[in-house]
Amino acid sequence: MSTALLIARRELGGYFRSMTGYVIAGLVLLIDGLMFNAFVLSAGEMYSADVLANFFYISFGTTVIASVFISMRLVAEERQTGTLVLLTSSPVHDWEIIVGKYLSAMAFLAIMTLASVYIPALIFVNGKVSIGHLAAGYLGLLLVGSATLAIGVFGSALARTQVLAAIFSGVIVVSVLIAHLLSRVTDRPLKDTFMALALYARHFPPFQTGQIHLRDVVYYVVVTYVALFAAIRVMEARRWK
Amino acid sequence: MIEVKGLTKYYGELAAVHDLEFSIDRGEVIGFLGLNGAGKTTALKILGCILLPTAGDVTVDGIDIARDPHAVRRRIGFLPDTPPLYNDMTVGRYLKFAAELRGVPSSEADKAVTEAEEKTSTREVHDQPIFSLSHGYRQRVGVAQALVHKPKLLILDEPTSGLDPVQIVEMRATIRALRGEHTVLLSSHILSEISQTCDRLLVIQRGEIVAQGSEQDLAARLGGGGTIEVEVAAPSARAIEVARTVTGIGTCSVLREDGGVALLSLQGAPELRPKVVRALVQNGIDLLRIDRGAARLESIFLRLTKDKDKEQVQ
Repeated sequence: MSTALLIARRELGGYFRSMTGYVIAGLVLLIDGLMFNAFVLSAGEMYSADVLANFFYISFGTTVIASVFISMRLVAEERQTGTLVLLTSSPVHDWEIIVGKYLSAMAFLAIMTLASVYIPALIFVNGKVSIGHLAAGYLGLLLVGSATLAIGVFGSALARTQVLAAIFSGVIVVSVLIAHLLSRVTDRPLKDTFMALALYARHFPPFQTGQIHLRDVVYYVVVTYVALFAAIRVMEARRWK
Repeated sequence: MIEVKGLTKYYGELAAVHDLEFSIDRGEVIGFLGLNGAGKTTALKILGCILLPTAGDVTVDGIDIARDPHAVRRRIGFLPDTPPLYNDMTVGRYLKFAAELRGVPSSEADKAVTEAEEKTSTREVHDQPIFSLSHGYRQRVGVAQALVHKPKLLILDEPTSGLDPVQIVEMRATIRALRGEHTVLLSSHILSEISQTCDRLLVIQRGEIVAQGSEQDLAARLGGGGTIEVEVAAPSARAIEVARTVTGIGTCSVLREDGGVALLSLQGAPELRPKVVRALVQNGIDLLRIDRGAARLESIFLRLTKDKDKEQVQ
């Protein structure tokens, strides 16, 4: 695990040493702020709890999109520039490479997500929302981020270029995002399966409204685990090619 | 140090390397010589435990690479054809990261980095960001990352690729300085490079070893004991007459004669050069230059690869 942390530390440093990290974080915070102003503050009177729920709804979208862009470079860029050889020729397990990269992206996403806390803080000061609501919303955002980052790591491990990585992971994320639409046109048991897979429709609204259900937490953790597991298998398979 | 038996690697239907067999002793500097696409990089990647072979047995320091690749990787330093450098890091930080990645304890990593930088003459760029380095320095930092954990085996894939003549000389000196402390396996398609740096050559063509041995062994196998080039300020006939008096010198030919200066090619082992010098000088012939036959290894290589190609056609 110490090797995974060593890789994570280098990767995290890489985000802050290059402009990429600052550009992604800046854009996400800007879009969060603009959309909050455009769609929430100008929507007329509403309860502060609804304002907060809408903020988490907007942040869900920006978190998912940011995760795809943050993760696309993780393995694909190293493969493109040839630096992956440094890791694959060292006494490092493939799972340590994948977990290290995932942890760095997760830490960066967490810093970026928590940097938007000034918006809910304003709602907290000027309205009537609980700390619990705030904490549940942010937990939801971090779990969604974790799941989409893991999908992104899988896409990045699969692709030869960063653009392909973004396309692969984008397609998977959109597929699970709209899975609930398929549940409307299918019968059981597929109907329930598609609904259970839905990245947003089934699992995120409770977090938006300040509720934490074990079922939703488990869902995001399982998606993270499965995607990382698949990424590790891809890395191992690449050694045969 | 390395034992390779029946090593085969297929990419789909294509055999990148086929039934390779060779062994390398501890402390040797071995040159892997072959044209582009001959299978050098694939073979080196397998030895570096980056790729898995389709078939065959490879042991490094007595350890099977398929059974315990981790233990093998601890004993190996690998420089691919493009140095794996993180442009956003400084040289010092990068080498420390590489050292810790290869299991050097954090408390000893700084010392290991200093030693690697001294061996590769990169100490002066310790605090410089990698993106700002010249190509020569990038290549040397690449070598430094390969040896920072003091591996028993160093695998260098085309270490002089893209370097200018001065940088090539520096890199050659760096590699020669590693002799003895590490077993070095390097690849190149620059023949003079290989002959000047390595103890032994493995010539690979179309994924198969077509010859192995020292330059002299290979030359002898192909019906010659090497050549010596001599430039003298004297008539060629007189110089040839004197040169032939040296035991071991065979056929002599005139490559060029112009304005009283003759360039001769003498068939004979390059080790005979001191004797040739003495004979010429003692007979009053002004010697302008003497060297091993520059085109010799080139012709050995071309003959070996052509022979292989002919076999393939038949």
